Amino acid sequence: METTEPTRGGTDPAAGPWCDRCGRALADGGHEECAAARRLEPPRFCPACRRRMRVQVLPAGWTATCVEHGTTRG
Amino acid sequence: MPDILDQARTQVLDGGVGLDEAGVLAVLRLPDDRLSAALQLAHEVRMRWCGPEVEVEGIVSLKTGGCPEDCHFCSQSGLFASPVRSVWLDIPSLVEAAKQTAKTGATEFCIVAAVRGPDERLMRQLREGVAAIRAEVEINIAASLGILTQAQVDELVELGIHRYNHNLETSRSYFPNVVTTHSWEERWETLRMVRASGMEVCCGGIIGLGETVEQRAEFAAQLAELDPHEVPLNFLNPRPGTPLGDRSPVAPRDALRAIAAFRLAMPRTILRYAGGREITLGDLGTRDGLLGGINAVIVGNYLTTLGRPASEDLALLAELKMPVKALSATI
Ligand code: SF4
Ligand SMILES: [Zn+2]
Ligand SMILES: [Zn+2]
Repeated sequence: METTEPTRGGTDPAAGPWCDRCGRALADGGHEECAAARRLEPPRFCPACRRRMRVQVLPAGWTATCVEHGTTRG
Repeated sequence: MPDILDQARTQVLDGGVGLDEAGVLAVLRLPDDRLSAALQLAHEVRMRWCGPEVEVEGIVSLKTGGCPEDCHFCSQSGLFASPVRSVWLDIPSLVEAAKQTAKTGATEFCIVAAVRGPDERLMRQLREGVAAIRAEVEINIAASLGILTQAQVDELVELGIHRYNHNLETSRSYFPNVVTTHSWEERWETLRMVRASGMEVCCGGIIGLGETVEQRAEFAAQLAELDPHEVPLNFLNPRPGTPLGDRSPVAPRDALRAIAAFRLAMPRTILRYAGGREITLGDLGTRDGLLGGINAVIVGNYLTTLGRPASEDLALLAELKMPVKALSATI
């Protein structure tokens, strides 16, 4: 599946339940450092299912793909 | 003993002869209240021996992650619990990356792969990629593919790769603390072959791997001995899951001291801001470095992390009245 829009409950980081940087549960808290780091990093974990995503960084953007939940871009 | 900056003014600024290891160490040990004088002198040296132009480069990862080597700072090693997954860039995306880079006015586009050295699959992908870029984008193509054989060096020359990046990363004496799967000497051997082939040599490293200040000076002297066309200067960006993931970034003043010292060791080289500058130095520090010996930047994103937008760097260069080196000036 290839989507450019975050799917509901899917690759929208705010949707969780997993932190897209460290892969731990957002509900456990302590992700301030992750949020700060994410300004200069692409996501690594799918926020919906916690799978490690395939991430491509290009000079002017990035894509992150979860086999289950599709692709997000930034 | 004469003051190190007085000595550097005569020897480096007037004479064009870089500081030796002891001189670099003296600069790295300067107290905070001499830092701005050191940066000012390094800037004068850069202007005198390189000129006001800044070389702009973009980089992209052709093959990310899954590397069999164990460089302790690297999120792309397959030996650590890093979240970076192995992935290959397809050719249309590679061409797109080259276009994005050219659009910034950059003259350099470096294709990088996370490998010990290229295998046939990587060389094939590179051949196809270079041809596809050439068909659509006007830009110098550089490569960074690890340790090479002589046959691979020859092939890169044939492909028209004009510059090859292979970082020594740190001083010879500290290297075994950072990498155990290959040696500093193996890297040196690749650099020797690249130099002999006529390709431009790009070789730098990372400040903040846990090396002592003496080893930082040792590294600058070893680079000066190699005399690379370009030296990319990275500052450790501690990556989750790597052995150096819990280290702190370099203190901004130490990063700036390193910039000044490396410039005073190598008056004529292209000294490039590479990874880690955003987290180490921020926006203000970026400016200080450009006024302290740096004369090249990587714009846009890095291989696995993001940079600040190219437009911000270009605006800063315009404000500093530093022209971007044009393609015509490089061929
Ligand atoms: S060889 Fe390159 S990609 Fe591989 S671990 Fe070392 S720095 Fe990372
Ligand atoms: Zn987190
Ligand atoms: Zn998912």
